[in-house]
Amino acid sequence: MTEIRGVYTLWLRETKRYLRDRVRIFSSFFQPLLWLVIFGTGIRFSGTIGNLTYQEYIFLGIIGQTLLFTSMFMGISVIWDREFGFLKEILVAPISRFSIFLGKMLGDSTDALIQGTIVFALGTLLGIQLNLLIFLEVLPIMLLITFGLVSIGLTIASFIGSLESFGVIQSFINLPLFFLSGALFPIRGDIPVWLQIAPSFNPLTYGIDALRTVVLGNAWVPLHDLHYNLLVVGFFDVIMIIIGTWAFSRRK
Amino acid sequence: MLYVNVFSRDDVKPLNNAIETNDLTRKFNGLVAVDKLNIAVENGEIFGLLGPNGAGKTTTISMLCTILKPSSGTATVNGFDIAKQAPQVRKSIGIVFQDPSVDDRLTGRENLYMHANLYSVPTSEQKSRIDRVLKLVELEDRADHILRTYSGGMRRRLEIARGLIHYPKVLFLDEPTIGLNPQTREHIWTYIQELKKTQDITMVLTTHYMEEADRLADRIGIIDYGKIVALDTPSRLKETLEGDIMTIKAKETEKLAAALAHKMNILKTNITEGTLEITVRGGRSLLPRVVETATENNVFVESISLREPNLEDVFLHYTGRAIRPEAGSERHGMDAAKRRAIK
Repeated sequence: MTEIRGVYTLWLRETKRYLRDRVRIFSSFFQPLLWLVIFGTGIRFSGTIGNLTYQEYIFLGIIGQTLLFTSMFMGISVIWDREFGFLKEILVAPISRFSIFLGKMLGDSTDALIQGTIVFALGTLLGIQLNLLIFLEVLPIMLLITFGLVSIGLTIASFIGSLESFGVIQSFINLPLFFLSGALFPIRGDIPVWLQIAPSFNPLTYGIDALRTVVLGNAWVPLHDLHYNLLVVGFFDVIMIIIGTWAFSRRK
Repeated sequence: MLYVNVFSRDDVKPLNNAIETNDLTRKFNGLVAVDKLNIAVENGEIFGLLGPNGAGKTTTISMLCTILKPSSGTATVNGFDIAKQAPQVRKSIGIVFQDPSVDDRLTGRENLYMHANLYSVPTSEQKSRIDRVLKLVELEDRADHILRTYSGGMRRRLEIARGLIHYPKVLFLDEPTIGLNPQTREHIWTYIQELKKTQDITMVLTTHYMEEADRLADRIGIIDYGKIVALDTPSRLKETLEGDIMTIKAKETEKLAAALAHKMNILKTNITEGTLEITVRGGRSLLPRVVETATENNVFVESISLREPNLEDVFLHYTGRAIRPEAGSERHGMDAAKRRAIK
């Protein structure tokens, strides 16, 4: 019980902090909006992908991007907590490091999920066919995607001392994962082989493919079977949670 | 889930010492921060660790709180080994860190609830315990404000309150008043004294303020370069320095010192520019004879003051240097104050 309560407490804290930061909530869907409205509209008139408009194509890619960027950004909370001393309060508490990591990870994932949901809602404004049932299917997939990504951010942050270096490393990881995920362009067909192979090592590729399969239905030809996609993402989550717990457990 | 029953089981055996260390040592890249420390803190006392910055106080506390691993040696807190029984140690202690460690985006009350949950305080008791500690530190009316609006002293008080919610048997206070203004410091001292009176609690206090140690601690360990150089009650530490200290401001201090040496038994002489400091037994009765001697030798005396040795003298005696004139320490205090104030 002690451990579960610890996890809950830390989850609650992260979520509260996030919901109080109105600026962050508002600014966070601004960038996806730019991608969808300006970039998406611009490219849309240059061609279509299969039987999808470009906007329809990148919509779920942008959801993936939002989850990726937000999740990675959450690592900052660890550095922040260390800088302002709060991390010590957590680290001397009588709960295990696994629970500490899990609580933080779940809290940050919740924040990323809220962010993803906001962008998802924007899709209706762009004329993408969405309904409640689809949304309920998308929700757990988004969550599954964020677990692993948040864990990457937390793991890196626990090794890095300053906010500045975290920012640099973050962009080193964010953009390659984003570009090599099939978010912006199809990663099959008539493109160089390396651009087809590299994305297969990217967990986000499988996450976005799963989202497209669920949301676009017959209009989308999946890269992989939905279950296979979810299995890969889930496997990645487990690995990252193990690594993250290890990173949090190091005692000097 | 893991640690629930441990507490009640081991709680039974009576302990005389809340803390015992056995050659506790910590090195940082070859630099010895804590050097074979052996202390025993008795149940119910306030134990003061007094020393300049960098003496090893915080390192010692960090090891006892299980945040830092000792390089060698062992220690027990409430009978639990700090290396092998870290979870039990954690459950039985409270800590007020030197640097602030509260969440400034949450309200005071939320910070306290979070702490209560992390330490599995029964849900049914949380509200009453939190109300009680808030009252103790007089923060009831500000409890529902976001911490960003708190002053440095209020945050400090909240941290002390937080450290008490889970009824710790040992409370560590690492430089509790560093960077605070004199009024707030006075306030916090009163709380600490009040705590000792009302709670069954052992406290370990680190400080580089003489006055703080003198006023609060039952026993003081003077720590320097990671070693305890003296350990006793404040009054006995002062008693070890025999006699009274007479400070004479005069023009020809050398000449006066030589003349006085013939007239009385001087235990210690210390001459600095224009000031002669002598340690003598029965200073009061010797005062007239000092004036007499000065007149006989045509030395003009500006002023004479007489005082009993204070902890500052004790510190000087044991370490060979004063604790105060250290630019770093003041800066350190200011940094802490700044960190507390910004945000």
